[in-house]
Amino acid sequence: MSTSLNIGIRMAWRNLWRHKRRTWLTIGAMIFSNLLLVFLISLQFGSYRMMIDNTLKTYTGHLQVQHKEYNDNPKIRNSFQDIVPLADKVRKQLGSAGITAWVAARGVAFAMTSSEQRSYGLQIIGVEPQYEVNVSTLPGLVNKGRYFTDFNAEEIVIGSVLARNLRVDIGDELTLLGSGRDGSFAAGVVIVTGIFDSGNADVDRSMAQLPLGYFQSLFSMGGQGHNIVINAEDLTLVSALQNEVSSILGEREELSLLDWNRLQPGLQQAIQADMASAWFMYIILIVLVAFSVLNTQLMSVLERTREFGIMMALGLKPARLGTLVFTETFIMSSLGLAIGAALGTALAWYLSIVGFTYPGMEEMAGKFNLPDRIYPTLSLLSIFLGPGIVFLCSLLASLYPALRLFFLQPVSAMRAV
Amino acid sequence: MTSIVCKDLCKTFQQGDETIIGLDNVSITIERGDFVCLSGPSGSGKTTLLNAMGGLDTPDSGEITIGDVRIDELGKGPLADMRLHNIGFVFQAYNLIPVLTARENVEFVMQVGGMSAAERSKRSFKILKEVGLEGMEDRRPAHLSGGQQQRVAVARAIVSQPTLVLADEPTANLDTVTSSQLMDLLVELNQHHNITFVIATHDIRVMKYAKRLIKMEDGKIISDEAQSQSPIPLGEG
Ligand SMILES: Nc1ncnc2c1ncn2[C@@H]1O[C@H](COP(=O)(O)OP(=O)(O)OP(=O)(O)O)[C@@H](O)[C@H]1O
Ligand SMILES: [Mg+2]
Repeated sequence: MSTSLNIGIRMAWRNLWRHKRRTWLTIGAMIFSNLLLVFLISLQFGSYRMMIDNTLKTYTGHLQVQHKEYNDNPKIRNSFQDIVPLADKVRKQLGSAGITAWVAARGVAFAMTSSEQRSYGLQIIGVEPQYEVNVSTLPGLVNKGRYFTDFNAEEIVIGSVLARNLRVDIGDELTLLGSGRDGSFAAGVVIVTGIFDSGNADVDRSMAQLPLGYFQSLFSMGGQGHNIVINAEDLTLVSALQNEVSSILGEREELSLLDWNRLQPGLQQAIQADMASAWFMYIILIVLVAFSVLNTQLMSVLERTREFGIMMALGLKPARLGTLVFTETFIMSSLGLAIGAALGTALAWYLSIVGFTYPGMEEMAGKFNLPDRIYPTLSLLSIFLGPGIVFLCSLLASLYPALRLFFLQPVSAMRAV
Repeated sequence: MTSIVCKDLCKTFQQGDETIIGLDNVSITIERGDFVCLSGPSGSGKTTLLNAMGGLDTPDSGEITIGDVRIDELGKGPLADMRLHNIGFVFQAYNLIPVLTARENVEFVMQVGGMSAAERSKRSFKILKEVGLEGMEDRRPAHLSGGQQQRVAVARAIVSQPTLVLADEPTANLDTVTSSQLMDLLVELNQHHNITFVIATHDIRVMKYAKRLIKMEDGKIISDEAQSQSPIPLGEG
């Protein structure tokens, strides 16, 4: 037995095991809630990541270069010069800096689209066919016909809902009517080469893509375009990539570089709202654990009243006794934290490899073109956030039993049985 | 040199509408190194007086001086320090911290007093040997007999070399033989260390050990006599 170990700590440790079952039950509650919290929070982070990835990969991307007016005022006029050469330059320089990223230029315009029978207003996106496939999942969602390959082809890819509305199919012609960048009349005829089904009815109804070269001539864009989409390998690498790209853009003052959060502010808000509702549940769990600690420590203080009275008679001050109770809670909570976080991490880690799914999920995933499994994301935050709060709340809960000791009178305490 | 001076101590307890007299104008002076027994029927105020002397409870009125400190005027904190450093207590039973070994029980108060681990260890071994518990240092109270437990309590009470040790019925839970062994020990420690002992007891055999025997009744001292220590030899009584 080591004599160097403080007697107070030894005492706290042994006190815990005077009621083995009660102590283990309390630690068990901590372990259970910590395990659950690590699992749920990792899963939550994983699903946010998936949600962000899915949303951004459909269209927005991680970063966009735009004319600095464009984000607030997305008019066709707010475009910038030499978009294709600039996209090439960014692509090359990132490549030679050894940074993995995907870059594609786009133009955006509106047009009336007519088949023989009907007309609809549409958002028309001009894309670099060769590069668009890297930054967006949309080309891959073409399930009828094909995506285009030629930069200048007079072809269009439309959504499934629109195709149904216009009553057109692959090979049919559509007429586009709109106004060009300079206000001139823009008109053209294109052939439907592909129909995509993104699962998002809104997108499938109101968006269509043209090759960028044809787009530029149709809308009198010259060499101009509206945005360059840049995707990083992973969401966590976006801010580093942003720094790199902004140094490449350097001298072009009319441009701004926006990250996904600026481009899709609703996404972050949706995540925060979901986070708030999840935390409501977590807090209930944490409060339950805190009460179980409060109960245990209150009982353990009450049943030791006589012992505390003797210690006070010997000259110990209430703060010292309070420290003892606090130390006991600290040990219990540390065990709960260590074991719970370890088990939770193991579970989340396993699921981050094999994926997590529940009955009905695959069916839903199939419908909405989502992955059929969620992969929990483990990070220091997802491991220690929940258990850390449980730990602090447990310590807080033991404050009440510890503070009661300040009102103890040695004589009356010793009369207790 | 005086060890304790009590002047006009009064203490009452309220129990419902009833006022119970604990101490009724008690005054005594106890010299350093004395060995005093407080006797008297149950409810006569022995414990109340000991508690007041030890600063565990404050009297309603009167003065208590230990050494040259008026302990009735001390606040809770300084009073606790006073008990830690200058007063030792031995109670009737279940005196010890059950989760600590004999040695740890003795060392605990020294650690609280801020003594180094090496010094603590040296002293606790020495004192436990002195009270006859050599080889039992690492036993917990549950593995010690009642008499052995009281010896640990005595060791703990004297280890910080207090000026005063107060014992409230220390032999109440012990058999005759063990009682007289414990009393022999207290007498010996009283002589070796020049520590003042004040012992409250019902037990006539314990009273025989006193150099001074004080009798109480209804919260008052009714007699106070010096006597020669004449323990009843082992095996009689
Ligand atoms: N906390 C208390 N509340 C109410 N009355 C008390 C309290 N403490 C002591 N008394 C009363 O004060 C009187 C003196 O009690 P005290 O404990 O000093 O007697 P004692 O001589 O030690 O008795 P015993 O030999 O039984 O231990 C008794 O009548 C007792 O009932
Ligand atoms: Mg008594």
